[in-house]
Amino acid sequence: MKTSSSFSLTLFTSVLLLAAPAQPLHADVDCLSCHGDPTMQDANGKSIGVDPAKFHSSIHGTLKCNDCHKDIHDYPHPDHPAPVQCESCHTDEAAGLAGSVHAKVNDHPCTSCHGNAHVIVTKTDPQSPVYPLNIPKTCGSCHGDPAMAKKYHLPNVYALFIDSIHGFALGKEGLLVAANCTSCHGSHKILSHTDPRSSTYRTNISATCGTCHVGINAQYQAGVHGKAVAAGNPSAPVCTDCHTAHGIIEPTSSDFRMQSTPICGSCHRDKFNTYRDTFHSQLGLLGGYVETARCWDCHGAHDVLPASDPRSPIAPANLVTTCGRCHAGANASFVQYQPHANARNRRLNPALYYIRLFMNLLLASVLTFFLLHTVLWLIRSNFARKGGAANGGKHA
Amino acid sequence: MPDPTETVAIAAPEKPVVSRYFLRFTLAQRYLHAVLFTTFLVLAATGLMMRFSGSIWAIRFARAVGGFGAILFFHKFCALVLTLAFLIHVREIFARGLFKHEKGIFWGPTSMVGNWKDVKDLLGHFRWFLGLGPKPRFERYAYWEKFDYWAVFWGMVVIGFSGYAMWFAPFFAHFLPGWALNAVLVIHSEEGLLAILFIFSIHFVNTHLRPDSFPMDMVIFTGRESEEEFKNRRPKEYERMLIEGKAAARITDAPPRWLINFSRVVGFTAILIGLTLLVLALSAYFVG
Repeated sequence: MKTSSSFSLTLFTSVLLLAAPAQPLHADVDCLSCHGDPTMQDANGKSIGVDPAKFHSSIHGTLKCNDCHKDIHDYPHPDHPAPVQCESCHTDEAAGLAGSVHAKVNDHPCTSCHGNAHVIVTKTDPQSPVYPLNIPKTCGSCHGDPAMAKKYHLPNVYALFIDSIHGFALGKEGLLVAANCTSCHGSHKILSHTDPRSSTYRTNISATCGTCHVGINAQYQAGVHGKAVAAGNPSAPVCTDCHTAHGIIEPTSSDFRMQSTPICGSCHRDKFNTYRDTFHSQLGLLGGYVETARCWDCHGAHDVLPASDPRSPIAPANLVTTCGRCHAGANASFVQYQPHANARNRRLNPALYYIRLFMNLLLASVLTFFLLHTVLWLIRSNFARKGGAANGGKHA
Repeated sequence: MPDPTETVAIAAPEKPVVSRYFLRFTLAQRYLHAVLFTTFLVLAATGLMMRFSGSIWAIRFARAVGGFGAILFFHKFCALVLTLAFLIHVREIFARGLFKHEKGIFWGPTSMVGNWKDVKDLLGHFRWFLGLGPKPRFERYAYWEKFDYWAVFWGMVVIGFSGYAMWFAPFFAHFLPGWALNAVLVIHSEEGLLAILFIFSIHFVNTHLRPDSFPMDMVIFTGRESEEEFKNRRPKEYERMLIEGKAAARITDAPPRWLINFSRVVGFTAILIGLTLLVLALSAYFVG
């Protein structure tokens, strides 16, 4: 009924204006008279319906249909209208996207993140798929798919992120300022971490994390690791080397305390080996006891400084304080303990070397002597028994 | 004089299995050994886990019993019990030897202190091993038993002291230089390993697993041994007992059935745990 009257109106207007260019269609009265049925589908079964109420309350609600569907001026319109070009308005975003890892528009149309353009709302609206709290789920619809991860040789980062301290803050606590995917990767101009312009490129990471963690970043830049990175040392650690990128866990948690030392040890191999000889390490390895000193309990975490720097917690003048944090009553003699002593190195630790040598010689000589003694005894006892020399009663 | 070993060897099979029994260890001594081996097994198990903290079995076992906190708790608890037992023993030795003027504590045939006969017995024993001489006629404590005793005694002092130095490191730092705090871990660890390897191989075989005792010498559990066993093992002590006329005072009843069964269960359990720990220690030491 309504449809036929619209047709009549259109026909009437066209006739009235004769050869004049087609007038813009009016969403409400013209297009929505057909497409206003949200269940409407094209021949391929694709939804081409628009919910008028949702469209009007969307951020595009004031636009006319052919502001976007530019090739439709009249009715009847082509069966296959041209794809909508969002960049005709969203120029900057489109430019960013063009150079990004998501540049192939067929695989990543705007709507894959922003949702249906007819119901699109501002990103500050909790309904938006790009609202900060919704972003992990939105990105995760692809990046949480194992098949997709396998296809592009990407780590399946969604699960890691969701369980991370950032994921927990966003998902469980609804903390808007917590890092979501876009906080580190950007939104439209996402670049591979191998691209030097990328916010996740190795040397840019401290700045990226530092946009939120300003204080920590300042400490890091002042420490040996930050300085080494700034000086161009490619093997010096950045934030993600110790904290990981997506699966970041609470640094004071047991799990992080358990996993952190081998991370330091992957570069500081000699220090790691000598650490493993000590009680500090032995305690830690067996689990359930995480209080023992880990690298950063003594060396500091972000502002690592050499012992020669008087500000370092391992500077000789600070050792009583540093050790005393765990060992109440630590004195000047106590802190002469060497947490990285090497009993196998005669030059560095002669006293320890000779003590270990003595203990090993003692062990070897006692065991060798008695092993010989016992073996001979066993052989002789065997002969004696065969000869009939019994024990004369047993076991009581 | 006929070789006493030969005499016994011929006479033994004809004698009835059950005969007179003599007391070798008092109840207090048996309790001391029980406390010693119980705490030692726990100390050895927990100590090995700390020493070889990187090995799979150590990590799995430690996690199963509640992680390192539990391991360290058991280690310290047993250390305290063993220290207490050691102090009670030392106090008893001095009380008996010094204040009660008991004979044979610090010297003489019944003493644990080594003497010239032990040297001769050791050499004689080796000659016997090689078929070059008669079996030595042992006294109350043979030289290897004295070695076991003093090895434990020395081990108690060394392992105990180094252990407490680590436990109360800031306190010990008042008397010890800083490098000594590094040294005590090396000493504790190596001496502990020596004790474990020695007890679970040498002591087990010498005392329990060699053919004359196999599978277990029960005298440390029951305190009693038969006259034949006594005469055969320590003819010198047996002879001295008869000469001194003290046989009657040492005669005791046969060990009750329940005690033998109980001792077997406890003893075999201890030996089984010990041998398991020995295998684990050796595999961790050589394989890593």
